[in-house]
Amino acid sequence: MNFLETILIHSPPLIVAIPLLAAFLTPLIGKLNEKVRNGFVILCLLANTSLVFYLATDVLNNGLHTYIFGAKESTLPIVRIFFEVDEIGILMAVISSILSLLVVIYSWSFMKKSTGLSKYYTLILLLTAGMLGMELTGDMFNFFVFLEITSISSCALIAFWTDRGLSIDAAFKYIVISTIGALFVLFAVALLYGQYNALNMAFLAESIPVNFTFIDKIALVVLLAALAMKAGIVPMHMWLPDAYGRAPAAVAVVVVSATLASLYGVLRICFTLYGGIFNSIYVSSQAIGGFIVILAILTMLIGVLMALRQSDFKRLIAFSALAEVGYMFLGVGTRLASATSVTSYTDGSSMVTFPAYSKTALAGSVFHIFNDALDIGLLLLVAGAVYYATKETSMNKLGGLARNMRYTTVFFIIGLLAVSGIPPMNGFASKLIIYESTYQLNPLLSIIAVLSSIMLLAVFVKVFHSVFLGPSQNKFKDTVDVPKSMLISMAVIAGIIVFIGLFPNIVFDNLISPAVDALVDNSEYISSVLGGGV
Amino acid sequence: MMAYNLPYLAVVALVIIGLYALLFRRNLIKMVIGITLIESGVNLFLITLGFRKDSVAPIYTGAPSSKSVMSLPVPQALTLTSIVIGVAVLALMLTLVIHLYRHYGTLDSGKIGGEK
Repeated sequence: MNFLETILIHSPPLIVAIPLLAAFLTPLIGKLNEKVRNGFVILCLLANTSLVFYLATDVLNNGLHTYIFGAKESTLPIVRIFFEVDEIGILMAVISSILSLLVVIYSWSFMKKSTGLSKYYTLILLLTAGMLGMELTGDMFNFFVFLEITSISSCALIAFWTDRGLSIDAAFKYIVISTIGALFVLFAVALLYGQYNALNMAFLAESIPVNFTFIDKIALVVLLAALAMKAGIVPMHMWLPDAYGRAPAAVAVVVVSATLASLYGVLRICFTLYGGIFNSIYVSSQAIGGFIVILAILTMLIGVLMALRQSDFKRLIAFSALAEVGYMFLGVGTRLASATSVTSYTDGSSMVTFPAYSKTALAGSVFHIFNDALDIGLLLLVAGAVYYATKETSMNKLGGLARNMRYTTVFFIIGLLAVSGIPPMNGFASKLIIYESTYQLNPLLSIIAVLSSIMLLAVFVKVFHSVFLGPSQNKFKDTVDVPKSMLISMAVIAGIIVFIGLFPNIVFDNLISPAVDALVDNSEYISSVLGGGV
Repeated sequence: MMAYNLPYLAVVALVIIGLYALLFRRNLIKMVIGITLIESGVNLFLITLGFRKDSVAPIYTGAPSSKSVMSLPVPQALTLTSIVIGVAVLALMLTLVIHLYRHYGTLDSGKIGGEK
């Protein structure tokens, strides 16, 4: 066994351990030299990202990875803690690690004038470790622990500029919402544990469809509600615009990917843990799916309508991020709601028939998670760049910046087109899939989705006009474009956006389709733990 | 029979009182207390689930040989972890409350953090 293979086998825990260890080393190195510390953080995240990519290629080629903590042989297989990496988990890990790496590069210049940066980098690394842990773990309680690590570190990051009352207020809202969410996740975990004496997701996924007691239903609703709250779906969205809009722009991007990790939790619950239920009882599938669809529509509409009337640059982007969350939930809801009929077999089992477009809808939704992270991430970074150059976020006071900040303007145009789903960009690819598939469930859904996209375009054209165009203003005469490190990270995101926009099939076939297959059919996930004598 | 269910009733009471404090109290400190109450309720729920009738503590050395039923120590481990996390969250929330009080001079959630 050579070195690379050993690394590959141990990569699931390493991916979580590297940022965690680096997080605690960062303050020590920060005592020596600030530049060395920044370089160290970037290097660690670079190593981690390449490890994620290495694991991703192996997962996509050779199927999922299982890593067991604790005894190798045990009479009780379900007692030990598992890391289980399948295609959807590794897709999310790719997103999170790319975003954290770019944010750290961006922060080199962006956060330069702040003090206490060792703590800032420590928290970013902890947040990365938490997100990656959520995405790779195969154990419900472990999921809760990583969820809490993510919440605590992102809350501290949102409040990083403690001299601003508004950001402290946003952080307080965020921690209240996340803690309640996490506590209810724990409550649901306890409900499941009380019945099955297990915390392993694969074991639970196998046990739940056999019994499906009343308590399972309560656990499902509690889990979905708590995780959807952390993902920012509408009746529970109040924290989201505050958190994105008032945090430092670099932080807001990592918080976006933390939100997407919660969305991944929703996918995991719907399609792995309760996948057996939704594939065999079509009433539950339709009920939960219909509910999610309604909330998703509301999320989109409220997101864009609120974005229309904002005058603060970052807060406006925050509300459009909310609208984007609606698109992702729309695909998930459509998949579940489209269950049509059920076939019963003689052995008592039954199988729900899903029309072909339902899988497409889910694929669109998963693809949109990937694209949204990039689009909203780029826009927030641009807003941060504008703030860095002008110390201003109010759109009424900005104007004519295209003269001074040429590159940033180009990146903003790319982000604008991408987020409103205009053809040569990546947002178009995923939104088109969502429009097409939801149209077959109900034409009204896709009409509303298209309408929200058009309104998003209107919103961002307004922003573009008031921030970048118009006559040059005297107070911004000496404004110059932002430093290289910020330009590099924006350019990388913009490059990925254009690349996916031009060749959506490459990403779709290699990353998204396998992930959707892993979601739709959870048998491989279950058998890799319970089947092969692990 | 009833005695076994008492902890569950306490769980329900704790969670409901906590939710009430969160939803209807505007004082930030009281909201923090509400969250702590929910947390205690969930922890109590976990630890109660670990109980099995006629079981003994899972210590091999001192276990009476006639009784073979041992309660699995997993819920205790979970509760300990959850308590530790809870302390961290509580400390963070109180820090934020202190900062908010310094900025706004009040603890009334209605008067804090409005957008212009």
